[in-house]
Amino acid sequence: MTDSTETPRGLDRRSLLKTGAAAAGVAAGSGAITGFPTIWAQNIKDVTLRQFGTGVSNLNAIAEKVKQDLGFTLQMTALDSDSVTQRTVTQPNSYDIADIEYWICKKVFPTGALQPMDVKKIKYYDKITPIFTTGKLTPESTIAQGTAPHTVTFVEAPGAKTFAKAPTEWMTLIPTIYNADTLGIRPDLVGRPIANWKDILDPKFKGKASILNIPSIGIMDAAMICESAGLIKYGDKGNMTEEEIDKTIAVLIEAKKGGQFRAFWKTFDESVNLMSSGEVIIQSMWSPAVTAVKSKGIPCVYQPLAEGYRAWGGGLGIGKNVKGIVLDAAYEYINWYLSGWCGAYLNRQGYYSACPSTAKEHMSAEEWGFWMEGKPAAAEITSPDGKPIEKAGAVRDGGSFENRMGKVACWNAVMDKDRYMVRKWNEFIAA
Amino acid sequence: MTVAADASPTSVETEAPPRKRRLALPLAPYLQAAPLALILGAFLLLPIAAIVIVSFWDYDSVQIYPAFVTLNYEESLGSWVTWSTFLNTLKFVAIVWAITLVVGFWVAYFLAFHVRTSKMQTVLFLVCTVPFLTSNIIRMISWVPFLGRNGLLNSALVELGIVPAPLEFLLFSEFAVVLAMVHLYALFMVTPIFNTLVRIDRSLVEAARDAGASSWQILTNVIIPLAKPGIAIGSIFVVTLVLGDFITVRFMSGGQSASMGLMIANQISLLQYPAAAANAVALLILVLLMMAAILKIVDIRKEL
Repeated sequence: MTDSTETPRGLDRRSLLKTGAAAAGVAAGSGAITGFPTIWAQNIKDVTLRQFGTGVSNLNAIAEKVKQDLGFTLQMTALDSDSVTQRTVTQPNSYDIADIEYWICKKVFPTGALQPMDVKKIKYYDKITPIFTTGKLTPESTIAQGTAPHTVTFVEAPGAKTFAKAPTEWMTLIPTIYNADTLGIRPDLVGRPIANWKDILDPKFKGKASILNIPSIGIMDAAMICESAGLIKYGDKGNMTEEEIDKTIAVLIEAKKGGQFRAFWKTFDESVNLMSSGEVIIQSMWSPAVTAVKSKGIPCVYQPLAEGYRAWGGGLGIGKNVKGIVLDAAYEYINWYLSGWCGAYLNRQGYYSACPSTAKEHMSAEEWGFWMEGKPAAAEITSPDGKPIEKAGAVRDGGSFENRMGKVACWNAVMDKDRYMVRKWNEFIAA
Repeated sequence: MTVAADASPTSVETEAPPRKRRLALPLAPYLQAAPLALILGAFLLLPIAAIVIVSFWDYDSVQIYPAFVTLNYEESLGSWVTWSTFLNTLKFVAIVWAITLVVGFWVAYFLAFHVRTSKMQTVLFLVCTVPFLTSNIIRMISWVPFLGRNGLLNSALVELGIVPAPLEFLLFSEFAVVLAMVHLYALFMVTPIFNTLVRIDRSLVEAARDAGASSWQILTNVIIPLAKPGIAIGSIFVVTLVLGDFITVRFMSGGQSASMGLMIANQISLLQYPAAAANAVALLILVLLMMAAILKIVDIRKEL
């Protein structure tokens, strides 16, 4: 389903770029006429908010709905996560809204490219799930390793370069979309129950396994595998020592030389093709990729594992130079994002929304039961664009929201030894 | 005459209009060379200079910093990964070059000597270029469903009972990389060799035959020496294309094999521009050395 929304976006981008300069002019022009709150309602229609981010949440449907509900134009650009990181830092004038992941935030916020947001202006702040504020889904939850979102969500004051330890009045990112990732399997071909991350190293799956070749995410999957197999005990998987990195890469190289892996994938489509062609029967996967395989009529399960999930989360940040009416529009957009329609849309894609309670109002009881409560589908479940994806009676892999997000073992992370890790990862790929 | 004109150019221009024409003459070659010089300067020399400069800069995970550090080269050349990647790339170059050379010469020889009418030669040559009507990514990707575990070839072999289980080495292996590269680059060898072969004076072949040479002797003593410039040009194409390739290696090996180009592409995607630049400089030096070696063996200009 992400697949289908991504194709037209590539074409759109070209025309977006063309109008980009004009839009920037409009945005700058309207920024100059602040201090006239009486004509605000008319002016905001002229505003163009320029948002860029990774493919997952840059959905055309959202831009259309924004135009309809709020009146102004939301212009979206999709890039891969490495380009997003770079653009956030090096071209702060090229965007108003940065849609980035929390681990990217850890890298970029200290450079001063984004401005913190005033919590008082966030209408639904109280409804944001506590994963992003205190880090605990329920008061009893333990906080997972890695770059947990709440550790990079708050700063003490505007201009601060370090993150606050507890919730403050100033937020770096407004959470929008998050999920718990695990291994995808072909239940018809694996021939045995899969229960642990280490199962990917089972000699039975020799030449039929794959992991993703994006270092900052792949290393976390690798760590889950090594820990599960009892090969390495980590102090903190999200912030490994050089020795831990060396050991992890050594395990990967050994598996690679033994012919365990069929291929490594880098893009969403590659993972879908590997799985649906049967080249690979167990691999790292992202949730919409599993849905894409299923929609071809091929069985695929997003298998919950005993050690828990590797989670990721994204949010919206505001560029440092955004002010005046554009800033007002940005807050307006963020409040709209949390108000429910958007959350329901994301929930129906298999992601999670930051304010579950507002999203619930925009979903049917059957949908809410299937996606969030882990109940058997009471009716046929359709994707946001109306395509049937689950028959009545189906149950979501991994079950309810609490079951999935409550079992997060680690978050996507940036390590202190980032550069060293990337070098070692390249050795693994070259070995 | 130019010396005198150069000595006092302004006075010549103003005082002696008839001589102005003669003055314009030495400028003409410069003007003629200017467009190419400008294009090469702006689109080749400047970028290369930028790459060389950036290769000495420092970087962290989000930004690059102007500096003069040799760390990028030390990290790159001091690592066994770089050397094994270099060797792997050279291995691909050697294998692909050898195969495309044999195939390319074979096809060109057939076109030039066995196809009698020049019309038919042109038609058949155009047939060779038909695959180029699609993009090379498509040509490469189309191998994937053909060679896969459940692909056309494996299904056929298994159903015919030739092999008991699907052959795994066909896809996501070095075999697949070489196969795709030969497919993509063979025409670059065919074209220049064909071009030199058709220009060989047939009376030379007749003379050799009259002098009692066998077909093999004609081939090795007459045709191949005369085809050397075409072979050299074809080799330059194939060698540089394979050295710089990254997308074929990535897709056909399933990300399991490395090449210099792929290593650079990885570093660029991780924003490690200075490291990528250092590797690019190393690769550039390697390419230039190979070009120098080829041109040392064959003097293209003399023999054309």
